[in-house]
Amino acid sequence: MTATSVTTPAPATRAVVTGIGVTAPNGLGTEAYWKAALAGVNGIRELSRFDAGRFPSRLAGEITDFRAEDHLPGRLLPQTDLSTRLTLAASDWALADAEVTPETLTDYTKGVVTSNATGGFEFTHGEFRKLWTEGPEHVSVYESFAWFYAVNTGQISIRNSMRGPSAALVGEQAGGLDAIGHARRTVRQGTDLMVTGGVDSALDPWGYASQLAGGRVTTVADPDRAYLPFDTRASGYVPGEGGAILVVENPDTARERGVRRVYGEIAGYAATFDPAPGSGRPSRLGRAAELALDDAGVAPGEVDAVFADAAGIPELDRAEAEAIAGIFGPGGVPVTAPKALTGRLYAGGGPLDVVAALLAIRDGVLPATAGTGEVPETYGLDLVLGEPRELPVGTALVLARGRWGFNAAVVVRAAHL
Amino acid sequence: MTRRVVLTGIGVRAPGGSGTKEFWELLTAGRTATRRISFFDPSPFRSQVAGEVDFDAQAEGFTPRELRRMDRATQFAVACTRDALADSGLQPGSALAGHPEPHRLGVSLGSAVASATSLEREYLVMSGSGREWVVDPGYLSPHMFDYLSPGVMPAEIAWTVGAEGPVTMVSDGCTSGLDAVGYAAQLIREGSVDAMVAGAADTPVSPIVVACFDAIKATTTRNDDPEHASRPFDGSRNGFVLAEGAAMFVLEEYGSALARGAHVYAELTGYATRSNAYHMTGLKKDGRELAEAIRVALGQARADATDVDYVNAHGSGTKQNDRHETAAFKRSLGQHAYDVPVSSIKSMVGHSLGAIGSIEIAACALAIEHGIVPPTANLHTADPECDLDYVPLTARERRLNTVLTVGSGFGGFQSAMVLQRPEGARS
Amino acid sequence: MKTMTLDDLRRILRECAGSDEGLEAGESALDTAFDDLGYDSLALMESASRIQKEFGVAIPDDEITEVETPRALLDLVNGSLPAAA
Repeated sequence: MTATSVTTPAPATRAVVTGIGVTAPNGLGTEAYWKAALAGVNGIRELSRFDAGRFPSRLAGEITDFRAEDHLPGRLLPQTDLSTRLTLAASDWALADAEVTPETLTDYTKGVVTSNATGGFEFTHGEFRKLWTEGPEHVSVYESFAWFYAVNTGQISIRNSMRGPSAALVGEQAGGLDAIGHARRTVRQGTDLMVTGGVDSALDPWGYASQLAGGRVTTVADPDRAYLPFDTRASGYVPGEGGAILVVENPDTARERGVRRVYGEIAGYAATFDPAPGSGRPSRLGRAAELALDDAGVAPGEVDAVFADAAGIPELDRAEAEAIAGIFGPGGVPVTAPKALTGRLYAGGGPLDVVAALLAIRDGVLPATAGTGEVPETYGLDLVLGEPRELPVGTALVLARGRWGFNAAVVVRAAHL
Repeated sequence: MTRRVVLTGIGVRAPGGSGTKEFWELLTAGRTATRRISFFDPSPFRSQVAGEVDFDAQAEGFTPRELRRMDRATQFAVACTRDALADSGLQPGSALAGHPEPHRLGVSLGSAVASATSLEREYLVMSGSGREWVVDPGYLSPHMFDYLSPGVMPAEIAWTVGAEGPVTMVSDGCTSGLDAVGYAAQLIREGSVDAMVAGAADTPVSPIVVACFDAIKATTTRNDDPEHASRPFDGSRNGFVLAEGAAMFVLEEYGSALARGAHVYAELTGYATRSNAYHMTGLKKDGRELAEAIRVALGQARADATDVDYVNAHGSGTKQNDRHETAAFKRSLGQHAYDVPVSSIKSMVGHSLGAIGSIEIAACALAIEHGIVPPTANLHTADPECDLDYVPLTARERRLNTVLTVGSGFGGFQSAMVLQRPEGARS
Repeated sequence: MKTMTLDDLRRILRECAGSDEGLEAGESALDTAFDDLGYDSLALMESASRIQKEFGVAIPDDEITEVETPRALLDLVNGSLPAAA
């Protein structure tokens, strides 16, 4: 609606990424994650939080090296779910990376938009249990907000004095890209700086069981063979936890406050939704990708890499391969899926792929799709297999799909201030 | 060229009567629809009052299969969507009968606690009524993933209307219903889509949610007088009344709505949200951030404070909110805050968390349409710190050109929207 | 019935509202306002619920939001305890 506002900047306003924070199953912190992604370090393992012996699947991309008390003030611990603790740590790191302090800019010029797919699930599981075993008077005062999907946006805003436009978006695994797209929109509408991205975690017994109910989690027990996107042996995905938080800014105000380094630009974004099940009409993922490229003003031939959604389900892998080949031609662009080492992170998945794309631009290298060996020829995919591939990356396309039909696409490209 | 956004269809499910017509009759009569909780035995709870909807899913036309699949909040949202389409003169299906193209139509649905009711039901089954921390996967419902991650709610709306453009859920706590519509309007405005089905639904009248608000003592304890328990701005208020409900809208780009001869309820001319960055549940007394959201929304609408003919307040009936909000109105509207009618429909339908922002937008659109300001029920003796004209007890006839509606929620969200009488009918 | 000590209160506040160096410091914290110690109304409500569970004392809603210092809270709880007899 701000298009009519007199304060709306010219449409050419770019949105650049000046800070990154990562909490991933195979690496805590941006560089640890990136090193692991390039080295093929797998974050998928047997669940350690509870005995999943009775469950048909027992694997997860579980973060095992995060001690919240090492990263956050004690005051925040009783009132936060693990997903929020991971979010706050990641946002602290992203803001430090961008050299943002509470004094940076004024309060209404900084906002927060995060995505969240499962809320503070482990926390709320505990409170459901208290309610039904001990009674209503034992439910925590913190349950009213530790559970809900807006919690991470609210807690980041409070911790960092950000009073600008803020929101929380839900769209299963596509929602994280929607959040980044909305952060870019908000910067274009005149807000100087946005904290964005997404982090999820629901690896308590109830949360994990609920993820299995989706029917798409693999029952393969070997962590190295469980989640093999685009492989002939693809059998489903492994759920994970974590994600990424990014600082997205107007380059003019970033320059004014002395920022010298940017990771790149959020150059394009679009979202679509698949036709209703049973309609017989095809997925709209390709359409989202085309719209995002148009939005960025980028021709398919200018795209150096695609970070795929990589469902790990043959039917969905084929649909994505067809969408990519439909735009770029068979084998027309290198494609990869570093999420094979983390599992699918729901709201965290898209943002972590955007981080990988930005680091690929920085370092000129694409991580491999670990584990995947044999890709059906009919997919027409140039999938990065085995070893990382060194090549200059100026522009990358990131794809994400959410269950029920969500599609989102983000175009990132190299940028300077 | 500036693209403008108009509201052309409304569907409401609120306490006290299921459809839009019954909703508006309740508001204009100043009747209340809050009652002692009937969905479960509320006696172990501190607050035992709620605004419940008498929703007959079978009469609404849902198939048994749909009912097995959909959470109650989703059923509300789908029922409202059907009404909103019909009201707008559009046909559901694979794209709205040629208007617009499927990829130019999107969905933005607000909800704060989404599938809470279904989550609690399934939890009890899987955990042996809470005894087992490691739940039994043998009792896993095939729909449990839908309740874990509520993206299925906007998805059901998309399937209902044939939307293939951007689809999302906006979950900003108690401002979700306002922000979901604001988000939709931004997409139309920027040109990503030509139309959006937008609105919100929440059905939180379940033990876990009642317990949440009991814990922080935010809900009323006026259990012996449930019909009069929601008392925004009254000196005797002691908390909000939890409720359920939904409202959905058809929003369109003005030109295309005109071209198909659609009836326009109102134009959405301003929307802004700010955060207080203060406390997850607390509000400062000064109302600064809500005032800023109001100021920015009015600026977008190119309206002066004195143009505002009616303010639909958040008016939740907590002492903290009522004072915060009153301060925000004075700060943003100046002297005009004392002259403009301000009312809270939560006095009649309760506070349906993420849904109420959209239900209040429906009230604003209907207020413009009918030239009636809904009252604040149960307001007999105002809190001395709340000294504005809150339209006590009785609705007023008044021509409304410019209406402001606001919301305030956990997480610090403060949002404001300006709705205006469609141009041409305005002077 | 046992009485509630400053150590009990420290432990409960730590569990319900997170660590706090101010209250760890010693007896001087007894008369420092909860506000200044960084405990908000939610922290006190959460603690009140824990106190009820451990000590069987229900602190009325309006009193827990009015109580200002650790000493006042201890007095409130211990004054409400059933007589030791």
